[in-house]
Amino acid sequence: MKVLAIDTSNHPMSVALVEDDQLLATTTLNMVRNHSIYLMPTIDRLFKLVKWAPTDIDRVVVAQGPGSYTGIRIAATTAKTLADTIDVDLVGVSSLAVIARNVLPTSKQVIVPFFDARRGNVFAGAYQWEEGKLTNQIEDQHLAMTTLLDQLAKIERPVILVGHMTKRISDQLEKLPENVTLAPRTYGIPSTYQLALAGEGLSAVKEIDPFVPHYLRITEAEANWQKLHPGETRKNYVREV
Amino acid sequence: MAERNLILAFETSCDETSVAVIENGTKILSNIVATQIDSHQRFGGVVPEVASRHHIEWITRCIDQSLAEAGVSYEDLDAVAVTYGPGLVGSLLVGVTAAKVVAWAHHLPLVPVNHMAGHLYAACFVGEFKYPQMALLVSGGHTELVYMPREHEYEIIGETRDDAAGEAYDKIGRVLGVNYPAGKTIDEWAGQGKDTFHFPRAMEKEANYDFSFSGLKSAFINTVHNADQRGEKLDKNDLAASFQQSVIDVLAEKTMRALNRYPVKQLILAGGVAANHGLRTRLDHDMKKFHPDVSMLQAPLKLCGDNAAMIGAAGYINYLHGDRAGWDLNAVPGLMFDRMK
Ligand SMILES: [Zn+2]
Repeated sequence: MKVLAIDTSNHPMSVALVEDDQLLATTTLNMVRNHSIYLMPTIDRLFKLVKWAPTDIDRVVVAQGPGSYTGIRIAATTAKTLADTIDVDLVGVSSLAVIARNVLPTSKQVIVPFFDARRGNVFAGAYQWEEGKLTNQIEDQHLAMTTLLDQLAKIERPVILVGHMTKRISDQLEKLPENVTLAPRTYGIPSTYQLALAGEGLSAVKEIDPFVPHYLRITEAEANWQKLHPGETRKNYVREV
Repeated sequence: MAERNLILAFETSCDETSVAVIENGTKILSNIVATQIDSHQRFGGVVPEVASRHHIEWITRCIDQSLAEAGVSYEDLDAVAVTYGPGLVGSLLVGVTAAKVVAWAHHLPLVPVNHMAGHLYAACFVGEFKYPQMALLVSGGHTELVYMPREHEYEIIGETRDDAAGEAYDKIGRVLGVNYPAGKTIDEWAGQGKDTFHFPRAMEKEANYDFSFSGLKSAFINTVHNADQRGEKLDKNDLAASFQQSVIDVLAEKTMRALNRYPVKQLILAGGVAANHGLRTRLDHDMKKFHPDVSMLQAPLKLCGDNAAMIGAAGYINYLHGDRAGWDLNAVPGLMFDRMK
């Protein structure tokens, strides 16, 4: 199986081409740069290196979020459009699960990947390796960093926090609960090789059209509107004219 | 058999997701438009993050439907054209990203298109362009006079210094309790009222081709508020007629004056506000009276709003002139034509 894996959920941008569990080529940029400029040229260059035509692949695997809105939008749009236009399988994997995979499968710890969501909030979930498979323990969610740390303190097992360290985040992590350790900085960089492997084992989405990023947070405008209009059941606000 | 050129065009600059297939620059084989109006009406205007999310929900449906309706497949295409600005960055990015992927996957050239050039080319579906040419582009985001000495050359000779005409409609619409976008309703009301308030005509007499609508907007709002305080209810049709008359007077006067200064063979009227009946009628009248030798092309009503057919038409011209984008094409929210020196 030939797989293209893409992750642009946060600052790092990573692309990998994987064939039957083997990594053929990968590129990761970790600069605060515009993914819209660098993603397609990177994909193009990797395909040329391994001498694949775009239509050679069997599946596109994408880190579906959560993460930066613009970042997950670019990855999701690239992945769904490509899968649709060359008619191949599309698989979405949690962006948090991607970095959780940086913790070795032999680890018995509860793995808690997180991304900075600004204003003292994070996107976070809890995962665990069970017989070589990474399983989700607590769903990915958007919550305050303080709430997350309170919850982690209640887990009566060792927890490892894995994330992209920024000044803003490290200030909030000065006092960790006793059972919680912080993974080294290297663990916070997503590996699209890992993403591709995760995606090989999952079933593809049934329909490509409704595929959207996992934002895990509705917009402020929609939240305010919902407060003023409880019980409104209309789901689709877009129509063809 | 004559060679036929097929362009797959993308437009996602604001709140419409649209994909079209255009043959030889002037024939619409399909033009799928998914509008988000119902969504943004909840908020009284376009919310950029919401717009961007809707584009992702609709982009592949629009691509697939556009090809299906046109009865063509990817192998039949010659190029992919896409709006890369001006517009909302999050919205533009969805179209730019999708267009890049389609072009890359099928080894097609990628043609970048300025959204305003797209609006202008909506008029090419009603008649052949003749140069030199002048265009009055009026929409929710733009109000500008564009001079085209020849094909593929655009120079701004006048533009709005504050609100765009469409923006002014939406703002006074809010005061009158009209749902966004307000243009159509105000136009209808204006048709049933009279210009009794004589609002100011900003910059009408100034020796330039720029526009300003913020003074008119303030005068309108003050008039309504003062009446409210007196407990007086003003006639909404007359208010609409007075507002619209002021907008149209300024647009028409400046356009006529620009045509005196820059002799052209043709005037184009395009953009969302070009659907306004009052404006179309007035320009028809003024052109016959002051510039009978200049032909006028008004963009067809159903192509005045944002759509990919117009992007395909402008894209075809860019394609012929060799415009190509690399895979690093990015959205340029503030993209503009050059201003004439
Ligand atoms: Zn427009």
